[in-house]
Amino acid sequence: MNTTASTIDAVTPAAHAETAATWRRATEEPAWLRRLLIAIALIFLSLFLLLPLSVVLYSAFEQGLRVWAEAITEPDAAAAIRLTLLVVAIVVPINLVFGVVAAWAIAKFEFRGKSILITLIDLPFAISPVVVGLIFVILLGSQGWLGPWLAEHDVRIIFAVPGILLVIAFGTLPFVARELIPLMQQQGKEEEESSLTLGANGWQTFWRVTLPNIKWGLLYGVILCNARAMGEFGAVAVVSGRIRGETNTMPLHIEVLYNEYMFTAAFAVSSLLAGLAIVTIAAKSLIEWRDQRIRHHGQS
Amino acid sequence: MAFALRKPGVLPGFGITLGFTVFYLGFILLIPIAGLLLYTAQMSWDDFWRAVSDRQVVASYKLSFGASLIAALINLVFGALVAWVLVRYEFFGKRVVDALVDLPFAMPTAVAGIALVTLYASTGWVGQYLDIYGIRIAYTQLGVIVALTYIGLPFVVRTVQPVLEDLDREVEEASAIMGASRLTTIRRVILPALIPALLTGFALAFARAVGEYGSVIFISGNLPFRTEITPLLIVAKAEQFDYPGAAAIGTVMLIAAFVLLLIINGLQWWASRRYR
Repeated sequence: MNTTASTIDAVTPAAHAETAATWRRATEEPAWLRRLLIAIALIFLSLFLLLPLSVVLYSAFEQGLRVWAEAITEPDAAAAIRLTLLVVAIVVPINLVFGVVAAWAIAKFEFRGKSILITLIDLPFAISPVVVGLIFVILLGSQGWLGPWLAEHDVRIIFAVPGILLVIAFGTLPFVARELIPLMQQQGKEEEESSLTLGANGWQTFWRVTLPNIKWGLLYGVILCNARAMGEFGAVAVVSGRIRGETNTMPLHIEVLYNEYMFTAAFAVSSLLAGLAIVTIAAKSLIEWRDQRIRHHGQS
Repeated sequence: MAFALRKPGVLPGFGITLGFTVFYLGFILLIPIAGLLLYTAQMSWDDFWRAVSDRQVVASYKLSFGASLIAALINLVFGALVAWVLVRYEFFGKRVVDALVDLPFAMPTAVAGIALVTLYASTGWVGQYLDIYGIRIAYTQLGVIVALTYIGLPFVVRTVQPVLEDLDREVEEASAIMGASRLTTIRRVILPALIPALLTGFALAFARAVGEYGSVIFISGNLPFRTEITPLLIVAKAEQFDYPGAAAIGTVMLIAAFVLLLIINGLQWWASRRYR
């Protein structure tokens, strides 16, 4: 709109108004239509995004802060929170390392079968979480491929914590890699090559040249990976066995509470995960905002 | 070197990084998936067919695929509208709204599930008003559509938005100067440019919805033949230790996922050629 104003500044006022009006009609929608479209979009987003979020927070705190605090510190809830944090502490670092390593191989080298490898990394996004759980039950469950052997050696994976770790590792495998691959491809390898030519070794090059370049994308990938790891439900529902205080993660504990009609407690635990979701999208917006500013400064 | 896997270069670490990547993918991803497919392959054809064509299972396919299709269509229309409004118009709170679009990606599905059922139940904030008109969402097939719309909402918005941002405004001006009305310009100039992105977003939303479990099972009520989605049947069979039954249906879902992934890759390849 600023550009339209400046291009027609020199014209007489009457012509100015006329040109501005026709111009607007030509490449913009009339004001009433604009307002209508904005209103429809906002109503749609309120119904599907804002209200569900509000209902979680409202129901969690409806009966006061004390009830909320009791609900999240009660032993089974505390055990679920501890288990979820334990899972995240193990799975996120593993998939962080995998993401960086895979992105290094894919972005810095040309080799055959690369596009197949990228598709394979994307695969967990395409598979239903329930099927992910099933896959590991078939492989490691009591009636599965390795079940009898595992039972003989007294190793419990399904209906125990290792099974939960496996399905969450599967489900969150793509996040870091997917953030880093396009970023590192775009950055190319000239900087690393100069660093090596100047005498740095591979590790030094990675820590001093590559890592500073990818740190924001890496951070975002880790945040997404963390959010999904804490919230994973369908796959965990199949492998965990829902043993209270032992193999219930936070989402499973929410389901148990809800099915027992303990709605306030269910929403109290939910509010923690909803808070995590808000932090996640806020962090995403901040990182994107920072990127845009850097690109702006780079251009000017 | 008789067989060169890669082009030569000075950067180190190719062997170890590729080796680790392939090993990890094989260990976590490929061997377990192969395990499911082999398990199903061991079943006799009759057992397999009986498991996947059971009346209750077929009813669940119809619901899962039908509701996913409707939800993806809703998201196609409203996702395009939201993307348009976010790119082209200015309004108060736009940045917050833009950020909020990602909420279904970040919100755990179980939390979304209990929030949606609470909201749309006949006593809920929204459901009580719909109840006056006799519209019931919770524990009906409409509820499944609502949950699947929620879960697929970001896809169309996020695939269309960047394309719309990069779209050359001069083309629209040219179209207008040559006498096209605004509607004609949108229909004949803008829409064709958006089609690959729209289809990609649609396919992503559909694929996500078909496999969705957590956000649906609370609002659907899980009535056999009526509101049971296919992933729920897999969980139910696995819980009853009916591994062959679960594996057969799981294999059907897995193959559907592969087919959808191929279609999405094809669409993305088409889109990248179109927009470059």
